[in-house]
Amino acid sequence: MSDTALTRPARAFRPGIQLGLGDIGAGLLASAATPWVLPVLLLVLWQVLTQTGFITDDSFPSPSAVARAGWRLTLSGELERNIAVSFCRAMSGFVVGGAIGLTLGLANGLSLLSARLTDTTLQMVRNIPHLSLIPLVILWFGIDEDAKLFLTSFGVFFPIYINTFHGVRTVDPHLVEMGRSYGMSRWELFSRVVLPGALPSIFVGVRFALGVMWLTLIVSETIAANSGIGYMAMQAREFMQTDVVVLAILIYALLGKTADSVVRGIERLTLSWHPAFRKVAA
Amino acid sequence: MGAAARTQPLVSEGVGIALRGLGKRFGTLDVLRDIDLDIPAGQFVAIVGRSGCGKSTLLRILAGLDQPSSGEVAFSEPGSPPRIMFQEPRLLPWARVIANVEVGLGRQGRTPEGRLRAEQALHAVGLDAKSGEWPAVLSGGQKQRVALARALVSRPRFLALDEPLGALDALTRIEMQSLLEQVWLDQGFTAVLVTHDVSEALTLADRVIMIEDGQVSLDIAVDLPRPRRRGLAEIAALEEHILSRLIHRT
Repeated sequence: MSDTALTRPARAFRPGIQLGLGDIGAGLLASAATPWVLPVLLLVLWQVLTQTGFITDDSFPSPSAVARAGWRLTLSGELERNIAVSFCRAMSGFVVGGAIGLTLGLANGLSLLSARLTDTTLQMVRNIPHLSLIPLVILWFGIDEDAKLFLTSFGVFFPIYINTFHGVRTVDPHLVEMGRSYGMSRWELFSRVVLPGALPSIFVGVRFALGVMWLTLIVSETIAANSGIGYMAMQAREFMQTDVVVLAILIYALLGKTADSVVRGIERLTLSWHPAFRKVAA
Repeated sequence: MGAAARTQPLVSEGVGIALRGLGKRFGTLDVLRDIDLDIPAGQFVAIVGRSGCGKSTLLRILAGLDQPSSGEVAFSEPGSPPRIMFQEPRLLPWARVIANVEVGLGRQGRTPEGRLRAEQALHAVGLDAKSGEWPAVLSGGQKQRVALARALVSRPRFLALDEPLGALDALTRIEMQSLLEQVWLDQGFTAVLVTHDVSEALTLADRVIMIEDGQVSLDIAVDLPRPRRRGLAEIAALEEHILSRLIHRT
């Protein structure tokens, strides 16, 4: 049940209550560049290790070689095309799976009958590792877009379903009673009490789902595709182009980070009432 | 304070409440049995009793949150929905203070006129300056004052109070008591306060009712001028009388 473990927003920690760090520590805490110090250091270390020959270029290309590969593929248009294809696949899977998960999560959270009817079945299906369906999916859909869409939606569905369900179920019943006693209609109760109350939990589900989304996409693109970043990496492997393989991995990392940042931004906007999302530096 | 000399609301806008043969049972347990009670319009009634005596159940029935198992509750002028203040403020954490007060207006809540009334209600509880804040930044007493503003903004004719001051510290509590008294004097609604603090009941109420074994076991009028000072001899005597009844019957 790892999907339900994180019911609180992951940013609930406060840097203000750490050990005494002194001036440098305080400066690091305040700077926006701090999170990027480590990645840059790793990049430098990597360049040094490859340039000194400690790591051979065949097994692991230097950052500059990867950058050159990226430039080469950008010029040929291959990179943009593949990124666009992967991005569209990821998003369509996310939208389809997320919408189904959200709908069923809300329905089962709000209606006991709906939960009794479907939750057990859904929990059984959830325990099937969705990547184990790949052979079946290839038999059904071939290596068309349908196959990727099916797999990503399937993977995205569960974290969103479970966290939405959990979020709706754990909305403070006192608030619901208050809303009733103040004459709120069913729709008002839902839109002003239940949905905002479930939102922090839904966002946890969304961030989990994004992780699953990229994972599923990478796997399905490397196994069954004829375009996309994963396909580009597999092609490069055939020609021993390690620089392109590493480039593909880095692009996945960047895409994943971007998606997560976008969700965090939305979280900050919509959950500004939540003490955990207030400005941490204050 | 012109109102300080007043001992009763100028105008009674309250609603009279009559209970006839009221009973409530949960499973095989009779929580309330055959209660007959008349509450005149505009009266401030306090209900005291030991934990689990059924006083909150009675209040929830009066406020329309629960249905009685037998008997009936009749209001002299139906149509105005009762308002209830709970022990917890129950503010929507995701709505600004002013929006929380507007909840009390129901459908008119999001009109310019509703906004104005909500601002007036916030002013009446002394929190105009907090109207744009999130509830999370308020203190416990301030939250409860917002809840009071929300309860009063629709000008209810009956206000049910379910130990609304129970969780506050002693000083805040005293402030809230005089605020409650003040708005009651100004607006003249009928008030029913459930509390297990006998001195609070005697500070605020015209009448104190004790519930024991699901029935009214004591019903005394508190005919003392307002505002009532703490430590008044008459209050002390009444408190002693009620407490001895409460403690005696263990």
